Amino acid sequence: MESVMNLSRFDVQKIRDQFPILTRSVKGHPLVYLDNAATSQKPKAVIDALTDYYTGYNANIHRGIHTLAEEATAAFERTRETVRSFIGASAVEEIIFTRGTTESINLVASSWGRTNLKAGDEIILSSLEHHSNIVPWHMIAEATGAKIKVVPINDEGEFQFDEFEKLLSAKTKIVSVVHASNALGVINPVKKIIDAAHRFGAVVLIDGAQSTVHLDIDVTELDCDFFAFSGHKVYGPTGAGVLYGRRTLLEAMPPFQGGGEMIREVTYEKTTYNDLPYKFEAGTPNIADTIALKAALDFVTETGKAAIRAHEDTLLEYATTELKKLPGLKIHGDVEKKVSVVSFTIEGIHPQDIGILLDNQGIAVRTGHHCAEPLMNRLCIPGTSRASFAMYNTLEEIDSLVRGLQKVIKMMR
Amino acid sequence: MSSVSSIPSIEEEIIEEFSLFDSWEDKYEYIIDMGKKLAPLPDEFKKEENKIRGCQSTVWMVSEVKDGRVYYKADSDAVIVKGLISMLIRVFSGQKAGDIVSADMKFIDEIGMSTHLAQTRSNGLRSMIKQMKLDDMAWNAAKNQS
Repeated sequence: MESVMNLSRFDVQKIRDQFPILTRSVKGHPLVYLDNAATSQKPKAVIDALTDYYTGYNANIHRGIHTLAEEATAAFERTRETVRSFIGASAVEEIIFTRGTTESINLVASSWGRTNLKAGDEIILSSLEHHSNIVPWHMIAEATGAKIKVVPINDEGEFQFDEFEKLLSAKTKIVSVVHASNALGVINPVKKIIDAAHRFGAVVLIDGAQSTVHLDIDVTELDCDFFAFSGHKVYGPTGAGVLYGRRTLLEAMPPFQGGGEMIREVTYEKTTYNDLPYKFEAGTPNIADTIALKAALDFVTETGKAAIRAHEDTLLEYATTELKKLPGLKIHGDVEKKVSVVSFTIEGIHPQDIGILLDNQGIAVRTGHHCAEPLMNRLCIPGTSRASFAMYNTLEEIDSLVRGLQKVIKMMR
Repeated sequence: MSSVSSIPSIEEEIIEEFSLFDSWEDKYEYIIDMGKKLAPLPDEFKKEENKIRGCQSTVWMVSEVKDGRVYYKADSDAVIVKGLISMLIRVFSGQKAGDIVSADMKFIDEIGMSTHLAQTRSNGLRSMIKQMKLDDMAWNAAKNQS
């Protein structure tokens, strides 16, 4: 496949040709897919990788001695190496495959939390968190007696670093914050957060569900202790997620689930556990989707993250400017440091009505509270409409969104 | 005798009205218009126990029975849902207790609005229909006991 990396100009049509779904229509209109923060579409390379696996070398991995098992195991482990390099981890043993960000966070909350938290300890979250970075901590807080502290944001959704520093103390055991907000797109100053937390001896988990597709991720440079992301938001298949963990922490943690694969020796009296990363991968993993995740990450790397980012920034800037021209429209999280997400409300129109009427024009956006109810309460809104852009979106699609919204406003007024 | 038409005949009326629209815009403008005209539920009824929560919009509903007939009042924070609610009230409110639970609701499909019922989490509409039917069963049971 010819690499698009060397194109002097970002050729969006060439990118679009790689995504078969983009040619379909919805309700008689060409699909305008602007719900990428929920899940991105998949390039042909990913779909082919899934088909190749099932038609060519489907087998259970790690234990089989036959050729298919060896091929499948090798492909599965190649993804681990690709993930390692994609996020800048130092060793493949630090890359754990999970179902997604949610499971990754649950793994840490449960396995690390059970052994490291006790009554009176504190867990710090931010006001921007997705429910998946709130509920697992509620569960472990209830079980251990630890307390949750929440870092406030300003009206635009910016993390209040001064307030965060005031919350830090010897009682702080873990800080778990989102890298980029799914609801607003706002980017948190994670490097500063990590360094400050480490000064108090706390460990830090970064929820990279929204950032991994847009930003350069280097867990070594960030110096975070855990980093979680979902493959399906990075053009990969659903059900293939990642937890990066610092080796010393992972080694000291008990397994998350018990079963096959994660053991070294089992008698009815006792189990001894396998080495990293297998200790945390009980049972037959999601082999096909994990293998295809490599194709997704390779696709992003070959296209070039910097080029993608530049294109997405152009889309974000254009959308922000054009949307603001609509009467009564307010953008939430209208800040400089954000990923390509525009979250907005239109005065007097419920987000759900916007979503329904846009869908009838073939335009897919996300409406509602974006699984971030505490954030919506903080902003005093029931929800927003959210348009989120990927590498294959175009300026013309943003024009369609604007025209679509003009129609919504006309129909609702 | 009450002047209320039967459930099937009101459903037929609605299907006929919708058959006049040839674009989705006309259809939705009609629903939006019905939503705007739906009498708002007084605030005293907008309390937790009358709330039917959806992922995106909220529906409030109350029912009462008079002379063996069930009357519904409902409201929502989203206008299209309100329009759909208004149709449900038109079909079911004032019907004999016991008649509502068995209604097949095929008209929703026929006017092309069934997608709004399929998305269980996105709005409270599906739950509202269930609640309307449950209320009907309860009123009918109470009527038969007395």
